[in-house]
Amino acid sequence: MTDDKKLNDSKLGNSAVLRLPESLGTDIEDLNEIEFGAGEKMIVNMGPQHPSTHGVLRVMMELEGETVLRCKPIIGYLHTGMEKTAEDLTYVQGATNVTRMDYLSPLSNELVFSLAVEDLLGVDIPPRATWIRMLMCELNRMSSHLMWLATNGMDLGATTMMIFGFRERELILSFFEKTTGLRMNHNYIRPGGVAADVPDGWEEDVEAIYKTVLFRLDEYDEFFTGQPIFRERVEGVGTLLAETAIELSVTGPLLRASGVPWDLRKTMPYLAYDEVDFDVIVGSVGDNFDRYAVRLNEIRESAKIVSQILEKMPRGDYRAQDAKVTPPPRARIDQSMEALIHHFKLFTEGVIVPEGETYVAVESPRGELGCYMASDGTGRPLRMHVRAPSFVNLQALPPLLRGSLVADAVASISSVDPVMGEVDR
Amino acid sequence: MMDSVSESNMNQIDETLMGLPLAKTPSGQKVVFTDVDKYHDLISYLFNEGFNFASDLCGVDYLTNFDRKLPVGVKAERFEVVVNLLSHAKKERIRVRAMVKEVDPLISTVVDIYPGVENMEREAFDMYGIVFKGHPDMTRILMPEGWEGHPLRKDYSTGRVPVQFKESLGPR
Repeated sequence: MTDDKKLNDSKLGNSAVLRLPESLGTDIEDLNEIEFGAGEKMIVNMGPQHPSTHGVLRVMMELEGETVLRCKPIIGYLHTGMEKTAEDLTYVQGATNVTRMDYLSPLSNELVFSLAVEDLLGVDIPPRATWIRMLMCELNRMSSHLMWLATNGMDLGATTMMIFGFRERELILSFFEKTTGLRMNHNYIRPGGVAADVPDGWEEDVEAIYKTVLFRLDEYDEFFTGQPIFRERVEGVGTLLAETAIELSVTGPLLRASGVPWDLRKTMPYLAYDEVDFDVIVGSVGDNFDRYAVRLNEIRESAKIVSQILEKMPRGDYRAQDAKVTPPPRARIDQSMEALIHHFKLFTEGVIVPEGETYVAVESPRGELGCYMASDGTGRPLRMHVRAPSFVNLQALPPLLRGSLVADAVASISSVDPVMGEVDR
Repeated sequence: MMDSVSESNMNQIDETLMGLPLAKTPSGQKVVFTDVDKYHDLISYLFNEGFNFASDLCGVDYLTNFDRKLPVGVKAERFEVVVNLLSHAKKERIRVRAMVKEVDPLISTVVDIYPGVENMEREAFDMYGIVFKGHPDMTRILMPEGWEGHPLRKDYSTGRVPVQFKESLGPR
């Protein structure tokens, strides 16, 4: 207990965590066993089946009247052992697995997986593949943030926003469908490049998307940003201090809204982010409004990046021509025995990755998405661990909710933007 | 491609940090190897060196690849706890690989230094059974509370246990 006390005194975020076993409070009989301090406090379970928890998140809250004191996010309801599955899949198949983790930004997941495999292999990617990856990831960031605006609007009771967000997101998903064949779970970014070149006429499609989105964002500003009812609902609610955010390893829009200008695209550039011009959006207070503003403006920055990609997209190959990593072109298989063998080996054994381990991180719409991969020199990873930003960001929930009303808790949970598929993996 | 294996400099010690071997991967990532005893001191040393942010912590089971490449002087153990730290000021990452023994895997927690690793340590405990001494809430996080075994261990095969939660009544 003394250790516990020391922890609570020395570090900021910890004192807001409710330390109770997760099975407690699920039965009426159990409630007698929970010891309360002075005053009338009660434990209320929110979720796992609650419309505002974005999936199956359960939050155990200690309430005094309508005020939340401490809470504990309980996760694992969507755990399907994807990291275990990854150890049984070849590096070629692996991207299909990771893309299902964060289903709102599948391309970021594929990207980080591919970058990790490429780092171990030491393969260089042609410039066009890099820029296509960037284009797709930025469009994905826009669609993910639009989805967040939609669900956040719904949690606040603004159903108009929900319809708007989904409407704009659909534009982007249609382009994804055209390019990758699927609206979600694309398996488009693969070790060695991308699955296919962008379709003919992609420039017009992308231009139409970012111009429409930018125009509609100005509409959102009218509907929400300047609207007094909305402002009163979100301003000053769920404040997260910058120190607490860093201590709790929080990343992404949450960290930036608290005033820390940390965006991996800018601070530790990967792909070709150092060749495009964009700003890192930073908040000042770290409340729900700042998180809204950061995400809204990040869509604008992504649109800015996309417009630059349109101008700068290099010509050339869309995947590395390395027979040990990428399959040979279909036409070659009919002519060359060697190409046929490579094709066969690639889809039976998979890519043989030399022994080693690596950690690669990218900025997903939710924060630092990392992939720790250890290889034992075979065609399947020995360990594939995904550092899921939502999983870590959920730790910020207790300090966010402390002292706020239950009604605001709904808005605060939403502002963390957890994707349970990624949290539980 | 195979050349990069033999040229891999993971075996050769480039530098030392607190007397512990510090190697670089072929792509230039810094890795420090430690045993359980020096682990906590090393992490707190790195924290004071400006690594203010714990990006990631996870467990690894090397049961099937016990004879992996390690720098000279590092005793291989079955489990590893891998911590990825980040310095916001220096824009630099460093990785700590701590060897944890197979029988009674125990390592001290670093929650007191980086409160953000709380969930990650719980996950490593859940998946590998590595116990973090001094952790405020060393319970399962992803698996149900009454689950037996640690699923990400290499000797835990997939599909071994039909998924049955304690509340479920079974087939009608």
